[in-house]
Amino acid sequence: MDKNKSGFKPLILAGLVILTAGFLIGGFVFLQSLQNVKVLMTLFAVIWGVGSVALLYFVLNEVATSLPRKMRSVAVAFVFAGPAVALLFWALVVPTLRSLRLSFFDATGKHFVGLANYVFAFSDPIMLESFRNNLLWMIFGTSSCVILGIIIAVLADKSRHESLFKSLIFMPMAISFVGAGVIWKFMYAYKGEGINVVEIGLLNAVVTALGGKAQAWLLVPFWNNFFLIAIMTWLQTGYAMVIISSAIKAIPESLNEAARVDGAGGFTIFFKITIPSIMPTIITVTTTILIFSLKLFDVVRVMTGGNFGTNVIANEFYQRQFTYGNTGQASAIAIVLLVFIVPVLAYNLKEFRSRRVLK
Amino acid sequence: MAEVILKNICKVYDGGVKAVDNANIHINDKEFVVLVGPSGCGKSTTLRMVAGLEDITDGDLLIDGKRVNDEAPKDRDIAMVFQNYALYPHMTVYDNMAFGLKIRKYAKDEIETRVNEAARILDIEELLSRKPKALSGGQRQRVAVGRAIVRKPKVFLFDEPLSNLDAKLRVQMRAEISGLHAKLQATMIYVTHDQVEAMTMGDKIVVMKNGVIQQIGTPLKLYNEPINRFVAGFIGSPPMNILTAKIVEENGSIVVKGAGVSVVPGKEYEEGLKPYVGKEIFFGVRPEDLEEVRKVDPNNFITANVDVIEPLGAETHVWLSTAESTLIARTAPSSDFKVGDEISFTCNLSKIHFFEMENERSIFFKED
Repeated sequence: MDKNKSGFKPLILAGLVILTAGFLIGGFVFLQSLQNVKVLMTLFAVIWGVGSVALLYFVLNEVATSLPRKMRSVAVAFVFAGPAVALLFWALVVPTLRSLRLSFFDATGKHFVGLANYVFAFSDPIMLESFRNNLLWMIFGTSSCVILGIIIAVLADKSRHESLFKSLIFMPMAISFVGAGVIWKFMYAYKGEGINVVEIGLLNAVVTALGGKAQAWLLVPFWNNFFLIAIMTWLQTGYAMVIISSAIKAIPESLNEAARVDGAGGFTIFFKITIPSIMPTIITVTTTILIFSLKLFDVVRVMTGGNFGTNVIANEFYQRQFTYGNTGQASAIAIVLLVFIVPVLAYNLKEFRSRRVLK
Repeated sequence: MAEVILKNICKVYDGGVKAVDNANIHINDKEFVVLVGPSGCGKSTTLRMVAGLEDITDGDLLIDGKRVNDEAPKDRDIAMVFQNYALYPHMTVYDNMAFGLKIRKYAKDEIETRVNEAARILDIEELLSRKPKALSGGQRQRVAVGRAIVRKPKVFLFDEPLSNLDAKLRVQMRAEISGLHAKLQATMIYVTHDQVEAMTMGDKIVVMKNGVIQQIGTPLKLYNEPINRFVAGFIGSPPMNILTAKIVEENGSIVVKGAGVSVVPGKEYEEGLKPYVGKEIFFGVRPEDLEEVRKVDPNNFITANVDVIEPLGAETHVWLSTAESTLIARTAPSSDFKVGDEISFTCNLSKIHFFEMENERSIFFKED
């Protein structure tokens, strides 16, 4: 009986593999023939897509478990983690390497130009402006998010309507950067001067109500960067607040009481007990938002398109690639950005892992 | 050092829960007072009111004659040791101990002298540069005590400081804190739910239940003359045996009658028990005041069946049951009972207790 079974098994498996391959290829061919009937095509794509993935995993698992014991654990790992790893390699590693290669070639990607694109990236006035602006985002954007997050978390912690306040602050997190851009366009709206022109921007309304003069806020050189940074602060403070708030709640109440008995006042407790206790969390939040501001794109793209002195690296990369079609320069910028982000990311991950140890 | 007086102290929480009801405690200078009671009895709340961590709803708290109800903890000159130690995790042992002094702006060398002295007293000198996470439970407890003693406060407060330690360490730390009290000559208030800690450490014990102080007295006073059934059952291990019995008059003398119980308490009790003739009372006798007898004395016996035998080496605890209640006897280790045996005991008549049925108060209790 056993002998029979083991004799049959490879045959059955081979059959299954052929069947699966047939299902996959046949389905694909059939899918293409449905071009004209879009509804049917969508339905079939969903069923076939999900079904074939399930079938593929099932068959590969069967094959893997039928292997000799020694190979089995390795084979099973390959079957389940393999596709994800392969996909990551294909979608992440290969493009990165390709970008690296392209960054040494000209706009068309055909002629080798050496370091010319990198010379451009570090010397072009618009790039220098972008570097400066990204630095502004990193310093002011990150610090305002984190500091506001800490302040709100601490204040809310002692209040009666804590969850209400926290929800209000957290809510902008649900809005996309592009959506936030649209909202804030109204905040900063400027209609210009003229007869029958009514200012609809909130900021201008406040300024004129106080007796000031309406301004085109997004055109004010240098300071317009801060008006954009305010948008990210509005969006990201909630994130910082929620994480920091949970860290504050994890501080045992007796620690604060011990400090009070030791003679510490509110401010001393905050700076000497609370802040040091949540330092690992603050570092993690800070690095996360730092990465965010390094690769910031949407807000600038939507609000100013990078004009009026508000350009950032990611936006310039977008311009070079999709507006000017200069693949070489775009790739060089992307690589530069990557080089900046990787150390921060590595530090962030390290902190994240060691958080348990630090506590 | 200092004298602490609690005058009619009450604590009512939002929502009307009365945690402490009309507490009056007079703590003398250099006294070691233990607040003891089951969880939720208000002992910790009382301590926290003395510390200033909890507002006092009503009454007066006096430290050295000065009313401190409205003063912040830092202005009361007290130090507190917490149950979970509450060490600052990001500071070294040295900084933990120096924190309070730094805030009070002591000179650097003064701080160093005090911390080193405290470390020497507590034998933690080699730990000064470590962080709390690198310490064992007992070491953390020492640091927490050290943090209190460097400040040389008027009053030391301990909130169940030993309950997170294992049994062996607890016994050791108990002796150390007692020794510390003798050495520092300071006023100390100590909260625990463990009556053994209370008995062994306290100059004076305050027994609390449901927010009400039951009795205040020296350990032996509480042991020998409990004011009510609760204190009788709470102080002492194993606890006092409490049996339901009836007072009857037979042949002109008062007799305590119950299931398997018949005791003629004797002259000294007759006067007091007269009003209870025909009524049920609680009859109390401690496990060590029961003596096993082969020949039953018809005027003084409790007869019961053996349920469990616990040999402890130096003595043996025997759990017994009568038709109505269970009791424990403390017997010599040589006694040869078997589970199921019926045994008779006589009571040490000078150490028996009677409690009223309704309010459970001791009938013969006299205030000092």
